[in-house]
Order: sequence, then structure tokens, then C-alpha cells
Amino acid sequence: MTLLPVPLGNYILLSGILFSLGVIGVLTARNAIIILMSVELMLNAANLLLVVFARVHGDIGGQVMVFFVLTVAAAEAAVGLAILVAVFRRKGSVDVDRLNMLKG
Amino acid sequence: MADQLIFWVAAIVAIIAAARVILLKNPIVSVLHLIVTLVALAVLFLQLSAEFIAALQIIVYAGAIMVLFLFIVMLLNLRKDEFGRDQLPWLRLLGTLAGAAFLAELISVIGGGRARAAVLPQEFGSVRSIGKALFGEYLFPFELTSLLLLAAVLAAVVVARRRSPSEPENFQPAAPVNQAAGNGGEA
Repeated sequence: MTLLPVPLGNYILLSGILFSLGVIGVLTARNAIIILMSVELMLNAANLLLVVFARVHGDIGGQVMVFFVLTVAAAEAAVGLAILVAVFRRKGSVDVDRLNMLKG
Repeated sequence: MADQLIFWVAAIVAIIAAARVILLKNPIVSVLHLIVTLVALAVLFLQLSAEFIAALQIIVYAGAIMVLFLFIVMLLNLRKDEFGRDQLPWLRLLGTLAGAAFLAELISVIGGGRARAAVLPQEFGSVRSIGKALFGEYLFPFELTSLLLLAAVLAAVVVARRRSPSEPENFQPAAPVNQAAGNGGEA
């Protein structure tokens, strides 16, 4: 039996910190581009945990899941940025506080 | 010992860069810091014998997705005074508090402990082993990702297409190539 480079809790803590930074970014940023980047940050925190537990259990399935998450992240970035471009054409801004067109 | 040093350096670099992603005002600098975070995570992936995933992280994430972000940031060309006075300051405070509470909750539920890593099979994390899993056990999800990417490409093109009043809504039948080129030259 081998040991991880550092205790497992350290990896979970690092992943949790990165995920929380992503949450704070989504909740507080005004620039929609920064919000999209915070979502990428959260996806990466999840990826780190998947790789760590793939290593702990010796199961390649975790790494395959990272591959799928990567695909979803690419699709999300493409569609999200396209929506941003469309919003910018219409409103001339990507400030989420000004996007209140759906407010009754 | 060297392993621990690599972990701590990569972890601290990742956290500082991630914090700067959400703190800095300039989107281009934020994109560059996110790339730093992704590279630091790729180092951790290498350490956990996920060589192929680390390479994917650099090539696809840092190379392709972040370049797309950079491209959009430069395309939109936001001005410095884009974001004026904060209209909802209490919302920012609440958001930060909610994120901090989330982190505190996470810390309270994770324990320490030194988990034993499994004895790895030969070539764990190599292209061959991931390929075998991807095209064997996970073949159906893999095919579904191709549909997802196709839908994303179509959606991106449709959403971001320019709709000017002079442009007709319906598609015109495609003109012959040489004729279209001639018209373009005249216009």
C-alpha cells in the first residue's frame, strides 16, 4: 500500500477553497465574463476531487469523468460567451446589474 | 518530501491566482490568472498519476477554452468606466458571506486522515488505459458528448449571429460560387 503525497484532507480542502472562491465570484462579480470564469473555477475544483479519488481507489473511471467534465466546460464556455456577445450587442454592456429586461 | 513541497507550492499558487481571478477588475488579467490556476492544477494531476488528464488540462482548458475567453474579452473591448457606482453593495457582502459560510461548512465535514492509495495497475492514467475505458465501458456517454458538442456549436452560431435590419430573415438559396465572389467584389 502506498500513500498519497499529502493527506487526503488537504486535497479536499484545496478543492473546497477553489470551489468557494468560484461561488463567491458568481455571487459578487458584476462582469458577466468573470462570472463565467468563476463557473470554470468550480468545475476545476470538482475535477481535482475526481482525479484524487480515482487515485485513491485505483479506478480509471474518475479520470474518464474528468474528460466528460472538460467537454461540458467547453460547451458551456462556447454557449455562454455567445450569449454574452448577443447581450453586449443589444445592451452595450456586460454588467449583470443592468440586465433586468425580464424584470416585470 | 519533494512531493509535499510540490503540492504546497501548486496549491498556494492555485488559490492565490483563483482569488485574483475574482478580485481584479480587468477581465484580461483575470483570464491570465485563471490560466495560472489551471496550470497549477495540472501539476497536481501529474502528481496523482493522471498524465493524460494533465495534458488535456493544458491543451484543451488553458489552450482552447481560455483563448476563447481572451478572444471574447478583446472582442467586446470593455471600457475602463464600464462599471460605475455599485448599485447593490449589500448583495456583494451577502455573496461573500454565503461563500465563506459554504467553505466553513465544507471544512467542518471533511476529516483529516491519511487515506491509503490503491496499488495502481500498470499504465494507470496513460492514454491507453483511458482510451480503453472511454471506448469500452463509457462508449455510450462518449457518443453523447459528440451530440452535446454539436448542439453547443450550433447554439453558439445561432445565438451570436448578427441580426441587422437590412439582413433578410430567411435564408436565400446559395448562389453559385463565382457569382457570389463577383457580387462581393462589387459591394
